[in-house]
Amino acid sequence: MSAVARLCPPPALVAIVVAVVVGGALVLVSGANPIQAYAAIVEGALAPDNLPNTLNWATPLVGMTLAAAIPLRGGMINLGGDGQMVVGGLVGAITPLLPVAGPLAATLALIAASLAGGFYAALAAWGQIRFAIPMLISSLLLSYTAVGIVSYLVRFPLRDTTTGLPQTALVPVAARLPTLAGPVNAGMLVIAAVAALVIVIDRRAVIGYELRMRGLNARFAGYGGVRLDRQALGAMFASGAIAGLVGAIVVLGGQFRFIDGALLTPAYTWSGLMAALLAGGEPVGAIAAGLFFAALQTGGFAMQRESSVPRVLTLVLQAIVILFLAMRHGLGKRSS
Amino acid sequence: MTDFLTPFLMQSAVQAITPILLASLAGVLCGRVGVFNIALEGQMLIGAFAAVVGCYFAHSAAVGVLAAIVATIAFSLILAYGATVFRGDSVVICIGMNLLASGLTAYLLRAMFDVSGTFSDPSLVGISRIRVPALQVIPILGWGFARQTAITWGAWVLVVLIALLLFKTPVGLRLRGVGEQPDAAETLGVDMRRYRVVTVLASSALVGLAGAQLSLGAVTVFAEDMTAGRGWIAVVAVMLGRGHPVYSAAACALFGFADAVGLRLQGQGLPNQLTDIAPYVVTLAALALSHRKRARVAVPT
Repeated sequence: MSAVARLCPPPALVAIVVAVVVGGALVLVSGANPIQAYAAIVEGALAPDNLPNTLNWATPLVGMTLAAAIPLRGGMINLGGDGQMVVGGLVGAITPLLPVAGPLAATLALIAASLAGGFYAALAAWGQIRFAIPMLISSLLLSYTAVGIVSYLVRFPLRDTTTGLPQTALVPVAARLPTLAGPVNAGMLVIAAVAALVIVIDRRAVIGYELRMRGLNARFAGYGGVRLDRQALGAMFASGAIAGLVGAIVVLGGQFRFIDGALLTPAYTWSGLMAALLAGGEPVGAIAAGLFFAALQTGGFAMQRESSVPRVLTLVLQAIVILFLAMRHGLGKRSS
Repeated sequence: MTDFLTPFLMQSAVQAITPILLASLAGVLCGRVGVFNIALEGQMLIGAFAAVVGCYFAHSAAVGVLAAIVATIAFSLILAYGATVFRGDSVVICIGMNLLASGLTAYLLRAMFDVSGTFSDPSLVGISRIRVPALQVIPILGWGFARQTAITWGAWVLVVLIALLLFKTPVGLRLRGVGEQPDAAETLGVDMRRYRVVTVLASSALVGLAGAQLSLGAVTVFAEDMTAGRGWIAVVAVMLGRGHPVYSAAACALFGFADAVGLRLQGQGLPNQLTDIAPYVVTLAALALSHRKRARVAVPT
């Protein structure tokens, strides 16, 4: 079945319409004009001047969508994207400060961040294999733990003492990702390459096929010779590696240092998870949903500027889309 | 050790346990009828917000608590009907509900009070505490309960009541039947769907109370995402207690104690970023240590 057909069929459209109507009612109740608000969203996201902003916002969001989609394809859920992203972000911010980093500092930092995020995520899979701790729970608990520890490190041992803020030292110019157009940087190309890789593996490679089989029926996949434990470790490693990469891209592409809390405020992880859930982990549909959410959120900034409507409204819209699809169409109905 | 276990530490431990305990009781009830409820976090957040709203407009903590219960039940209609009548996947619905709660409370906070982050107002009245001076003389446990809200007392009474309900009454038998063998229960004339809907809604009242305790109990403030993972810890407590209210309560007590010890260590100079993670680390350790006792494949991953 074509991937476009998965996202565009009436159910998704109906869900979006329902979300727009419910959200509009919410705006109306709080005393603003919903049509103005929505117009501001569309213009803020898609007007030619604003398109680079949308792409820049989409880079981490689509990255986190892929991070959520990979385990979901195999029927697993990684709720720990925040922790993995923060671990990757910190590693990405610290690596270029080491003396070993030369002209390849940025590349080195991205690789180190991916490895760190990947191993941290694999820890949750290991907990499930070794101690039967459900990954759904452990990935989230490990995320809270990572966020706390990283926050401590940034506030105390690794803090840039020349500023009064909880942030690390600026990374050298050589380690920053080159900009392409306006706010858009080379990180977008990296995420696009990762996205292409994920799609190819999902469609053409044996491991992609095996992961899909696990998603349809894990016991049957195991019976057919898939080594489920190793597969869970691999899927979680890949998921965490992408999350770590996203963290490093945000740090090296725009903020140039790790600022405590800055990676988590935009809630990329949760929007990414919602986009992945919308498409049931199918990568092309998930990426399309991720781009849609990125446009919605970028437009949300414009809406907040131009009308008095707070931009968190876009989060509400996203949640309504998911809930509506979950109910009417048994979205995410996984094999038992 | 006696230096460490001060009356203050015990009081804050008992206080920290209350919301987790109430939420985990709700989790136990939902789990017993076969609804895997991981929306406790979002339900609690809605309760905490509604409590502050009710209290702000009526200048009464009681109205706040009532508002929390009503709002949480209304919010939980999504899970009650979504997981039964509409046959949705409860994990997906619950994740959606958690995000909806986070977005909706943040939106309404801005729309209603024109603030972001935290909301606190002099007109907010906290839930009054029941003072039992006689308990003050009993070390440790007495210290903990000498000055607590009615919600805290109620939560512990509910542990016993829910255990009795589940294991000593015909209704409890039917409840458990619906979760364990829905087909058999159906054959015996138990309306499975109705039991699930009613249980999810009734249990959500408990989570609403948990939210009210959070925003009007220890402090009188609402902060965005102030539940900070307590709902998830309650989910773990249900798993550790294997769906038994008393064992789950014991697990909650452990986490609440870890929380209070973290606060205490903070007072002794440890940075709060590190002490804040104490409950999560304890939770993970408890899960790892109990793995032999827990049945495998109990929860979908």
